[in-house]
Amino acid sequence: MSAASLTLFVLLSPFIAAALAPLATRLMGYRAAWLLALIPAGIFVYFARLSSGVSGGGTVTQGYDWIPSLGLRFSWLIDGLSLSFALLISGIGALIVLYAGGYLKGNAQQGRFFAYILLFMGSMLGVVVSDGLFTLFVFWELTSITSFLLIGFEHERAAARRAAFQALVVTGGGGLSLLAGLLLIWNVTGISDLSGLLAAGEVVRAAPLYPVMLILILGGAFTKSAQFPFHFWLPNAMEAPTPVSAYLHSATMVKAGVYLLMRLFPVMGGTVLWETVLPLFGAATLLFGAVLAVRHVDLKMMLAYTTMASLGLLVMLTGFGTERAIDAAVLYLVAHALFKGALFMVSGIIDHETGTRNLTKLGGLRSAMPLTFAIAMAAALSMGGFIPFLGFVAKEEIYAALAQGDAALLAACLVAVLGNALMFAVAFAVALKPFWGETLETPKHAHEAPVLLWLGPAVMSLAGLLAALFAPSFHAAISSPMASAIAGEARVIDLLPLPHWGLPLALSLLTVAIGIAFYVGLASLRAAVTRLLDAIGWGPDRGFDQTIAGLVRFATAVTRSLQPGRLDSYMTVTFVLVALVLLLPPVVYGELARAPFFPAHIPWHELAILLLAAVGLPAVIFAKDRLTAIVSLGIQGFSVAMIFLLYGAPDLAFTQFMVETLSVVILTLVMTRLRLSPSDKRPLVQVLPDAAIAIACGLGVMLFLMKVTEVPFDSTLSDFFEQFSKPLAHGANIVNVIIVDFRGTDTLGEIAVVMIAALSILSLIRVRAGGLRQAEDPAEETPAQGGRR
Amino acid sequence: MNSVILRTVAPALVSLMVLFSIFVLLRGHNEPGGGFIGGLIAVAALSIYGIAFGVGAVRRALYFHPIVIAGSGLLLATVSGLVSAFFGVPFMTGLWVTPVILGTEIPLATVMSFDVGVYLVVVGAIGAVALSLEEEEDET
Repeated sequence: MSAASLTLFVLLSPFIAAALAPLATRLMGYRAAWLLALIPAGIFVYFARLSSGVSGGGTVTQGYDWIPSLGLRFSWLIDGLSLSFALLISGIGALIVLYAGGYLKGNAQQGRFFAYILLFMGSMLGVVVSDGLFTLFVFWELTSITSFLLIGFEHERAAARRAAFQALVVTGGGGLSLLAGLLLIWNVTGISDLSGLLAAGEVVRAAPLYPVMLILILGGAFTKSAQFPFHFWLPNAMEAPTPVSAYLHSATMVKAGVYLLMRLFPVMGGTVLWETVLPLFGAATLLFGAVLAVRHVDLKMMLAYTTMASLGLLVMLTGFGTERAIDAAVLYLVAHALFKGALFMVSGIIDHETGTRNLTKLGGLRSAMPLTFAIAMAAALSMGGFIPFLGFVAKEEIYAALAQGDAALLAACLVAVLGNALMFAVAFAVALKPFWGETLETPKHAHEAPVLLWLGPAVMSLAGLLAALFAPSFHAAISSPMASAIAGEARVIDLLPLPHWGLPLALSLLTVAIGIAFYVGLASLRAAVTRLLDAIGWGPDRGFDQTIAGLVRFATAVTRSLQPGRLDSYMTVTFVLVALVLLLPPVVYGELARAPFFPAHIPWHELAILLLAAVGLPAVIFAKDRLTAIVSLGIQGFSVAMIFLLYGAPDLAFTQFMVETLSVVILTLVMTRLRLSPSDKRPLVQVLPDAAIAIACGLGVMLFLMKVTEVPFDSTLSDFFEQFSKPLAHGANIVNVIIVDFRGTDTLGEIAVVMIAALSILSLIRVRAGGLRQAEDPAEETPAQGGRR
Repeated sequence: MNSVILRTVAPALVSLMVLFSIFVLLRGHNEPGGGFIGGLIAVAALSIYGIAFGVGAVRRALYFHPIVIAGSGLLLATVSGLVSAFFGVPFMTGLWVTPVILGTEIPLATVMSFDVGVYLVVVGAIGAVALSLEEEEDET
């Protein structure tokens, strides 16, 4: 197997596993987790083996042609950045599958859950390894869709359905913005893959449309990564089962936006716009998320808001884009994925074992769940930035990056200190408070979690510790290649988990000090934030509901006004429009037909036919009842057919005869069905406008036809048909040859339309007849009718 | 409609019309006629029969549901177009054979079966609509 096809198989394997997951779960129950976790584990190993080649700065680009006519390829780009993401996704993915095996044990829908989570994993891998811009987009939207399915997993609950819908609208809508941005980039540069684009950053940044491109791309990245003011879907997404919150909504999917920004940093970064917008939104998100986090007492909600804050921090760092800021972003991204995923899983364990996630109802669990407590503390120490955890290394680098420089950086530094202090308080509120203090009564009697539940968070917490203890190897394998790929030049990170005397350490200590103060005063802080939010009273979450409700109201109003359900208003609108279309353009452009040439000698029989047609008109208008009017309408039709016949168009005449006959028959039948009064009793005020519309339409058609006949006749086509009808198509009747041979495909389409029209008319008649019959005779359910149906 | 004259004339008239419609269909390639016109004539015949004897009689005489007739016509037309694919020529290319039957050369072509398909679609589709409308009238 060649390297390309092997990678393709690896990328497709989650999708294959997803298809088999329900079957495996039916056969093996929750134990299927052990089997299914082998797939992400295998992917992890596969990517880990690529690491030696990539860490030296090499890249792997392979793929297949997708739409060759447009030059689009299904291809992948594996460098330091995508490799680190792929390792996170597959590694955490394996642990999440195991965790879900324990968490949803006994749930009848567990097989479906495994299928969704594996589908998501495949999509997310696709996002980070895609080289083609449009394969990236397809996978990007796939992650939105799988996220929708996972958030709405417990679809019997209205809150879950709303959250799923909201997440899909926000992230899917952002995806469309991303698509527009990518199309614009493609259009301007002509490059449709990232590897080509990375070398063409100058062109993109110099393009006049660069601000538009950037804003569209940010529309995709900010919605996905829950940046203020698009953040509201993320806390609501906590309706999903905890494995989903840990995996999608903290460790991986929400980082797709950050990934995209990091990926495009060499292409679009470094401009004034980039360095203004990103830090601004990032800082706002960091502060908002951290403040909102302390308001909640639900463990998952607290963690969700700190995730939002962390994403803001990452966007802010990517926005500043200095060398050290990129290094800090890389370290923090990995550290965050590990400790936040672990903390989410811990909150799930607490929920699973005690029956509640409410912080105020939990306490003293340390004796019942010592292992979970240890895991939680390890994650919280990393999140709080203690030596010797990866979180500490990341935080030192953040402060080192921000604390040197201009006023903007210093302001960002203050925001970071405040945000980190709040997150510190939340970390220990989640990891320490439920386990410490006096034991509180919980809905379920707490026990230590089974191995499937604690294995995942344990590995992740431990990884956060080991990555820092063995910092040189970690940097060589992960962070240096990743930072190099983002920066677009070789970077070496060599930070050790040791205190660096100076400003960063002082800021770290300050953060811890403020954090402890916040932790101690958490209850009063929560009350203060709640009071503030109640005073404001409105948020984007409510705004979303208002927007959707407004949209529905608007759609209803439009439908009501366009479709009042009255046939005469439809007819009036239609024919007024027909008259306008026919009359306005010639008048506006001065293209009215000239008075026609009237021949001197017209044979008497032609005059007679014209007279007959003219007689038809008063016959229709002055007919006593509707039926007579319909039949009289046939007079004109037959006269026109006669004229066709006289001027050598027998086919047309034939058809016209038959159509006239049948339309009179069918119209008559329809009229009897409609149960109208036999005669037309419109008042004069209605007759006059209707007559005016009718005359305008007739005049329009007449002028149009006269104009058409003024134009010299182009005989190219008729010459061709005349010349080749016999030799090519063996037919002397040109009309028929055109219908069945030269334009046969048209005819095929037309008869298909006839067929569809007949089917729809038939169903309309049946619906109506069924409704009437039911109203008349409710007892008769399936009325027997003459003939077969 | 309860008219003795119509009931007496209808069978003969309808048979003639159906026969004529097939004649018009078959001669269409060289002289005025074709599937559309032929189909319309046949529908007119069906309507007359229905007016004379009621819709039930027409449905029994047709044996198949009109929509089935229309559907098979569409299928026949599509297949006639697809035959060309087996001869390596583009979709809808007319193919001709002229077998000699009883000493007479009979030209047969996919365009002919295509036109028969058109005929069946028109008969079936418009016939179905007309019959349903007539039926409702009978009942109410």
